[in-house]
Amino acid sequence: MEYVSPEGLRLDGRRPMEMRQIRAEIGAVSKADGSAVFEMGNTKVIAAVYGPREVQNRSQQLSDKALVRCEYNMANFSTGDRMRKPKGDRRSTEISLVIRQTLEECILTHLMPRSQIDIYVQVLQADGGTRSACINAATLALADAGIPMRDLVTSCSAGYLNSTPLLDLNYVEDSAGGPDVTVGILPKLDKVTLLQMDSKLPIDILENVIQLATEGCKAIANYIREILLENTKELEYRRGS
Amino acid sequence: MLHNKSFVKKTKGGKVMKQVREHYLRDDIYCGAPSCTVCDSSGARLSSSASTILVVDTNVVLNQIDLLENSAIDDVVVLSIVLEEVKNKNMSVYNRLRAICSNSNRKFFVFSNEYHRDTYVKEMSGETKNDRNDRAIRVATQWYQKHLGGAVKVLLVTNDKENKRKASEEGICAETVESYVKSLDRPDLLDLLVRPSSEDAEMADVEDHRPSKRKVIYSEHKPMSEITSGLHRGIYHQGKLRVNRYNPFEAYVGSESIGDEIIIYGRSNMNRAFDGDIVAVELLPEDQWQGEKSLSIVGEEDEDEDEDVHLAPNSADDAPRTTPQQGSTGVINAGSSRPSGRIVGIIKRNWHSYCGSLEPMPMPGGSRGVAYALFVSKDRRFPKIRIQTRQLENLLDKRIMVSVDSWDRQSRYPSGHYVRTIGDIGDRDTESEVVLIENDINSRPFSAQVLACLPPLPWSVSSEDLSIPFRQDLRHLRVFSVDPPGCKDIDDALHCYALPNGNFEVGVHIADVTNFVFPGTPLDDEASQRGTSVYLVERRIDMLPKPLTEDVCSLRSDVERLAFSVIWVPSADYWEFIFSKKISTLAFCIWVHTHRFALALFMYVQEMTPEADIISTRYTKSVIKSAAALSYVEAQARMDDSRLMDPVTTDLRNMNSLAKKMRLRRIERGALTLASAEVKFQIDTETHDPLDIGMYQIREANQMVEEFMLAANVSVAQQILKSFPLCSLLRRHPTPTKEMLEPLLRVSAAIGLNLDVSSSKALADSLDLAVGGDPYFNKLIRILATRCMSQAVYFCSGDLSPPEYHHYGLATPLYTHFTSPIRRYADVIVHRLLAASIGISKLPSVFQDRLQLTSIADNLNYRHRNAQMAGRASVELHTLIYFRKRPTDTEARIVKIRSNGFFVFVPKYGIEGPVYLTTRAEKGSGEWYVDEQEQKIKKMDGSFSYSILQTVQIHMEVVEPQPNRPKLQLTLI
Repeated sequence: MEYVSPEGLRLDGRRPMEMRQIRAEIGAVSKADGSAVFEMGNTKVIAAVYGPREVQNRSQQLSDKALVRCEYNMANFSTGDRMRKPKGDRRSTEISLVIRQTLEECILTHLMPRSQIDIYVQVLQADGGTRSACINAATLALADAGIPMRDLVTSCSAGYLNSTPLLDLNYVEDSAGGPDVTVGILPKLDKVTLLQMDSKLPIDILENVIQLATEGCKAIANYIREILLENTKELEYRRGS
Repeated sequence: MLHNKSFVKKTKGGKVMKQVREHYLRDDIYCGAPSCTVCDSSGARLSSSASTILVVDTNVVLNQIDLLENSAIDDVVVLSIVLEEVKNKNMSVYNRLRAICSNSNRKFFVFSNEYHRDTYVKEMSGETKNDRNDRAIRVATQWYQKHLGGAVKVLLVTNDKENKRKASEEGICAETVESYVKSLDRPDLLDLLVRPSSEDAEMADVEDHRPSKRKVIYSEHKPMSEITSGLHRGIYHQGKLRVNRYNPFEAYVGSESIGDEIIIYGRSNMNRAFDGDIVAVELLPEDQWQGEKSLSIVGEEDEDEDEDVHLAPNSADDAPRTTPQQGSTGVINAGSSRPSGRIVGIIKRNWHSYCGSLEPMPMPGGSRGVAYALFVSKDRRFPKIRIQTRQLENLLDKRIMVSVDSWDRQSRYPSGHYVRTIGDIGDRDTESEVVLIENDINSRPFSAQVLACLPPLPWSVSSEDLSIPFRQDLRHLRVFSVDPPGCKDIDDALHCYALPNGNFEVGVHIADVTNFVFPGTPLDDEASQRGTSVYLVERRIDMLPKPLTEDVCSLRSDVERLAFSVIWVPSADYWEFIFSKKISTLAFCIWVHTHRFALALFMYVQEMTPEADIISTRYTKSVIKSAAALSYVEAQARMDDSRLMDPVTTDLRNMNSLAKKMRLRRIERGALTLASAEVKFQIDTETHDPLDIGMYQIREANQMVEEFMLAANVSVAQQILKSFPLCSLLRRHPTPTKEMLEPLLRVSAAIGLNLDVSSSKALADSLDLAVGGDPYFNKLIRILATRCMSQAVYFCSGDLSPPEYHHYGLATPLYTHFTSPIRRYADVIVHRLLAASIGISKLPSVFQDRLQLTSIADNLNYRHRNAQMAGRASVELHTLIYFRKRPTDTEARIVKIRSNGFFVFVPKYGIEGPVYLTTRAEKGSGEWYVDEQEQKIKKMDGSFSYSILQTVQIHMEVVEPQPNRPKLQLTLI
């Protein structure tokens, strides 16, 4: 199948190095301490953060740092076919773990010993790249909740189809069965916190693909920073100062 | 600008789902005109001086692709919506259009109108998809007009009346193809046009002798919805139609749903389907299943078509299929007859261009005008095609190419249009060209890009080549090659060295083609497309450009060349083991420079002991210097001449004795000695006419070289599979099924021969025992056995499970092709795999992608098969030229019995053809009847009978029953 036409356009009209349209909104769940909606094209994710708060299960309490918990799930209506998704299936357990590990790396947990931070992410609409969208939404929500972090974490995926590296795969490209590299970085510190790949890639091409995904992460980081700034300004305005 | 498309789609499971896709509209898509001031013109393809720019509609592309391929048509804008529609309707036209668009000599520009901000149109409610796409084309045309201003005329070319009318209303210049081509004032282009079917009435002049012409001849094709539901309910069966090469009125549809082949008799049951079409078939009621008709040699319809003389087929794939005979023996056994059916619909057409000539006809009165003619394809599987032409007088004595456009219910023949002229009928070059075209062989010269990949010429081994650490200097070895006489593409050479202890070191050196052909280069792409060199009787079509084929890669004598060699070293343990077991036959040491010989030893030892690792194998790239390039005849003569004691001759003798032992061992494992009737021409060097033909003689020298090559291939197969279990390119030969061997068993039963076909070993043994009254008998049986089997095929190891890798004919679990990289692309791939597996180069990225590898393997199989067919067709052509001047009487053997005659095989010339006992007029008079049990045809009164494998005297002569279709006729003396 032709995923990139000889004219250099992908199936949805993007060029190989282009991302889908991204949109973010802070404060979608007023009950939560911090929350955000993040969209990458038709992928739409909502994240809510509770905490730092008292540890619910005492036995899990850590005396030197905060306990970070993450729960990922997909809404039944997020894909075309309305399948009942059992909670805690392998895929969502894995993604929960990935998100938790990625974020734990940048939260300054040692500042909040004996407390717990809960991150809930739910996919409202899935069109490829949910993993990245979840991480981006969660970063925003954490920032909104005012949880101390080393840096923002942003994530983006890239693939390799028709001998072309492609940025930000959508569902159709994702299901082509080609390699799908998800990268998460700390943009200011210029560090990689997440690197995952499905399928196989020759090593020299992998470098290009990772590079491309990193560029994507940086672009997302800039956008997220803008959103945060805007949000802060708004808060400032509301306070009337 | 973002926009969401939403549509509903039916999934495989039959569920209807709503799909939503993003659709981005852009402002950076350029118009492709270099004169444009607004757009970035770096990617512009249209000519700057163009006064008219054409925008083509989908129906124009689909129907008039032959016209578009003509270089007279240029400055065309192809819209992406048109490409998409074409892709959905006809993949082959799409590929041709893409080829034109990417050809830098043609000025075709692809405009992605679907992604352009100003030309995207949204489906309106109530608008069909088709109307929406037509509107998109008009909007894009209008955009072009506005964008380019008055400088250039933008012309929409469409054959859709409605679209044209709406375009004119919207102020767009629109014309039909006919009127546009007429305005170009090029009468030769007009012939390329496909006629719309409304002009059918005029065609009556061609067929006015058929008063019933207007009546409906064929039943209607069922609508697609009905076919789909019929397929679901199991009343229709889907499959690819294959027309019998030898009888165009008989076709088969291999159906998965009933697990058998459905036979289709006659044109009306075939219902306008062509060979290769995907069709839907309805089974006929069982009492109409016929077994008998096909068994007479002659076609059953009133047309004067019948069997031709052909080369004897080499495998089951070439041979005409036959059905188990019945009825004729008087035993009616309806249960065992094969299912017959009729075609109710065509799911996918496989129309392409066909080669042939026009049926001779008187020139119509006003010769300048338009004439209608019937085109007769050279390939008998295709029906006659009606075409319209303005240049009838030029075409009558020419071989031409014709495309099919349509076939409606009222006409007996499909209608088509002229594509191009190949040359004069009967001219040898023309006929060879036809052979190439029919087999889809690219004989065009190599393009400049491809030639640019060649190393600078004249090429010689440089010090750089020698300094590469992995390249071993083997120039001191006495290497020589043995090939057919006159061979210029020498890709293998051997050496054999007597060691002081009485053992031998044997080496095989294969031309190092991959040192010059790098993956991903235009040269590599071209070679992978061509797949193989093609050998015709009088010429060779190379896979690689001539400098590589004949010079740089060819292991010629007395020049230094790069090679790929392999070395095996038997360890001390090995010798202890050999001597302790006192295996005298193995008491030679082999230090092999090619893999094959080593493998033979390796496997033998493996059978006896678990210490299979006692021989270490080494593959290396090397530099060699061939001492002699011998022909098979020379090599044989040297070996036979006991006076000669020079080093090369001694090497040859040593190798020959080794090869004999290896051969013996291979046969013990159950390898089949198969036979085919290969013929050889002696060609006049001046006129290129055949002077003499005869069976190809197999000498010991041939067998010797073959033996080493086989062993090499087997061992490389092991090596690459070990390193790359999922992406190796191997070659397998499927075990023949019981049904495939059925004809062989019937023949052997009739002559009282007991063949055991339970395994290849059993078959090989019983073939050895089959010695009849005369020397040729055994070979004949082997030829019959060979043609019952299917051909070996390339495959990607990841696609099948290891037991399926088996090569039946050679009785080895693994096999591949390694030894002829100059003329086979498969070998080039295997060279790369081997180089990667020994760590001297990286594995190219193709191998990461199994789908791509599989498609390469499929292409190689296709090309390989076509090359063989072309070779055979070329031999047939030359046989015909040879016998045209020399009617001959000769001996022949009966190989197949039919109700009105039999097929004979002429060993001397390797051809096979029908001999009629009854003339066509008295067909079915019942004078002869067939005894199925004994495979005999007997006269009713019992006075006369012919049985299978019997020797008969026949007369061979070229006759021309239909003009322009000469054929060889065999008659009984």
